[in-house]
Amino acid sequence: MEWIVPFILTVITASTPLLLAASGELITEKSGVLNLGVEGMMLVGAIAGFAVTASSGSASLGILAAVAAGTLMSLIFAFLTLTLMANQVATGLALTIFGVGFSALVGSGFVGFAIDPLPALSIPGISAIPIIGPILFGQDFLVYLSIAAVIGIAWFLSKSRAGLILKAVGDSHHSAHAIGYSVIKIRYLATMFGGAMAGLGGAYLSLSYTPMWAENMTAGRGWIALALVVFATWRPGRLVAGAYMFGLISVMQLHAQGAGIHVPSQFMSMLPYLATVIVLVIISSDRAKIRLNAPACIGQAFRAAQ
Amino acid sequence: MGVATVTSTTGEAGANTVKGAGGPAQLEVRGVTKAFPGCLANDDISFRIEPGEIHALLGENGAGKSTLVKIIYGVLQADEGELIWEGKPVTIASPHDAREMGIGLVFQHFSLFETMTVLENIALAMNDVRDMDALRKQVLEVEKTYGLPLDPDRHVYTLSVGERQRIEIVRCLLQNPKLLILDEPTSVLTPQEVEKLFETLRRLADEGCAILYISHKLHEVKALCQKATVLRGGKVVGGCDPREETAKSMAEMMIGQKLTAPDRGKSREFGDVRLAVSNLSLESDEQFGTDLKGINLEVRGGEIMGVAGVAGNGQNELFRALAGETEQQAAPDSIKIDGKSVAHFGPRRRRRLGATFVPEERNGHGAVPDMSLSENGFLTAFRRMALSARGLIREVPTKSFADNIIKTFDVRTTGSGAEAGSLSGGNLQKFIVGREILQDPGVLVISQPTWGVDAGAASAIHQALLDLAAKGTAVLVISQDLDEIYAICDSVVVMAEGKMSKPRPMADVSIEEIGLLMGGLHDLEGNATPANNTQVEGGRVGQA
Repeated sequence: MEWIVPFILTVITASTPLLLAASGELITEKSGVLNLGVEGMMLVGAIAGFAVTASSGSASLGILAAVAAGTLMSLIFAFLTLTLMANQVATGLALTIFGVGFSALVGSGFVGFAIDPLPALSIPGISAIPIIGPILFGQDFLVYLSIAAVIGIAWFLSKSRAGLILKAVGDSHHSAHAIGYSVIKIRYLATMFGGAMAGLGGAYLSLSYTPMWAENMTAGRGWIALALVVFATWRPGRLVAGAYMFGLISVMQLHAQGAGIHVPSQFMSMLPYLATVIVLVIISSDRAKIRLNAPACIGQAFRAAQ
Repeated sequence: MGVATVTSTTGEAGANTVKGAGGPAQLEVRGVTKAFPGCLANDDISFRIEPGEIHALLGENGAGKSTLVKIIYGVLQADEGELIWEGKPVTIASPHDAREMGIGLVFQHFSLFETMTVLENIALAMNDVRDMDALRKQVLEVEKTYGLPLDPDRHVYTLSVGERQRIEIVRCLLQNPKLLILDEPTSVLTPQEVEKLFETLRRLADEGCAILYISHKLHEVKALCQKATVLRGGKVVGGCDPREETAKSMAEMMIGQKLTAPDRGKSREFGDVRLAVSNLSLESDEQFGTDLKGINLEVRGGEIMGVAGVAGNGQNELFRALAGETEQQAAPDSIKIDGKSVAHFGPRRRRRLGATFVPEERNGHGAVPDMSLSENGFLTAFRRMALSARGLIREVPTKSFADNIIKTFDVRTTGSGAEAGSLSGGNLQKFIVGREILQDPGVLVISQPTWGVDAGAASAIHQALLDLAAKGTAVLVISQDLDEIYAICDSVVVMAEGKMSKPRPMADVSIEEIGLLMGGLHDLEGNATPANNTQVEGGRVGQA
């Protein structure tokens, strides 16, 4: 049974970047904006975090840089889609392609660098409790942040007035505009939050998960994060469940290979997407559920009518 | 403060005379001008509303009423001119400002959020952040005081149009408005409910609230308003005291020409039954829809039958069942067109038998907003008008079909290439009605033919329906507008809670009787089921 603690620890580390990026995208989508550039924003966040940490030696500065980089990327997206009203799907895809190339360019000088991984925030005594100690109290800052962020978002969406306004903008931008809310401003903020969280997710990969830089190191996690939001039917609670389930699948895939079980690795990598498709089919069969949670205006450009 | 005390002491003598005589107007609009690219929506508009006055704003679609309302509510800014609020010039920069000052607006196109609850919708339009439980109490209180029943926890998408409008009204009343603007508020209410709304409005006016009332229903304006301002083409063309005018004279002022009442022709001979529904029961496919219960009706050739009823009592379900939009579980012969059983047919096969349909919702149901008029014409008429050959669109006949509709029904547009969504509501409605009528149908089912349509267009549509019936078509008109039913129908049935009353000739039935039937009081002949409308609503809320 000694394997169980390290196993759970790897599940947590595999799930955290997904959870960070997906919770940001959840807020973005709730405002009615579909940003498909998550993968690109994560990559740019990852290299920004790594480069600043490697050059300054400060992981805190690195995390801040990742947040700033992710936010900047999302600002490009917001400017193109919200101000210039470009198509959101095309712009999001372009943002990902741009992010892949740009991070590789900046990161070419950092390949092979090594940094110390993010320190675990251990609490003396409690962290030493067997099993629970290392799992609950031996994680690094970003893991706690990812959980706190989801709880915060759940509260924000269900209890706060600002959350209600955010949902209103995503539900009917014309109504929100008529009542007097600034649709564009709210969408800018939501998109920037999504960028910041994607940047954090990227930073977690390059600073903690594998403390190094490798080209295209997100390896599709941005896309999984996007799928997760739909998988969770835009609900924060299900987002946690989904992220950890996908984390579990990806870890099991490694373990299965290690144990010599001959399941093609491609099959295992395919599983999260397959699960998403199946869940999409299931939830789509209940129209009422979709209607209640899906932002009705998602992906639509808003132009204030005369 | 000093000024206020002076006014209240001196005001005592004239407290019961019409307020504001000599005092500042609640709102004065001075020389407001607003131009959009290619059109001058408001041209030097001036008028004033006194406190406690119910003031009508009349005008056809496109006369500039909506633009003016948006300027007063802070959604738009005027290019020129000023607004004087209680004697002081003001800038209303946003709806938030407007609400802060005490201006409430009941929108024509509801400004609601479908996936949210009634309470959340109300909270979103409040300026001050309130505790949800306190707000719930206030909402229930206002609902009780003004007789507007609504369950605060229901989701808006499950509500009927009439119920949705109630949300908007409650939303405004909660803010203790000094000026309440209502844009076409009565189109979805029963006569009794309209009377109730008027009581509410008169009471508000007595409390000193000024009311700006926009409606096409001129006899209502006559019953309710003390003053009217008439707009045409963005300009004020006159003012009047509606109590001293007739509905006809006001309509003529609005459209700037003589209005002819629909010509019903000689008493018509009815032919064979062309549309027959027998014992049609259908579960609604909407979560909170109304199930149809044992519907029977027969419409003969040449007959126009009206289906009256409050929104949400099964009319939508009936329309969808007749048009073939719902998957049919009913027996094939429960619906017959010209004697053929069609209940298991989809819309296209029913159209092939000569039936055409005009749904209530223009954009997205009756027409595709992003497509051109000629494409929209093609969509329902391609078979009957032979607009397609070998799977391809025949461009020339398609365009000339659309041009023909535009010409025959006087659709004001830039041409058949214009996007359907760019037309005003009335013009698009004329186009859609024209599209179905020109296909020379044997049966026409039309839902809310003149909802939100101005007087000129409405009378054109009414005349077209009468002409169509005179040619032997069976016409079924589903409408909440009793004036409309009285103006054109030969017989009437009333829907309440998914059930339908027996058909009655129009001449034999009074408006009060119809009102009672609308409230669910079926079978006046005998076994009456006493349930007024409030209880009906309550029952449905309970189930949800």
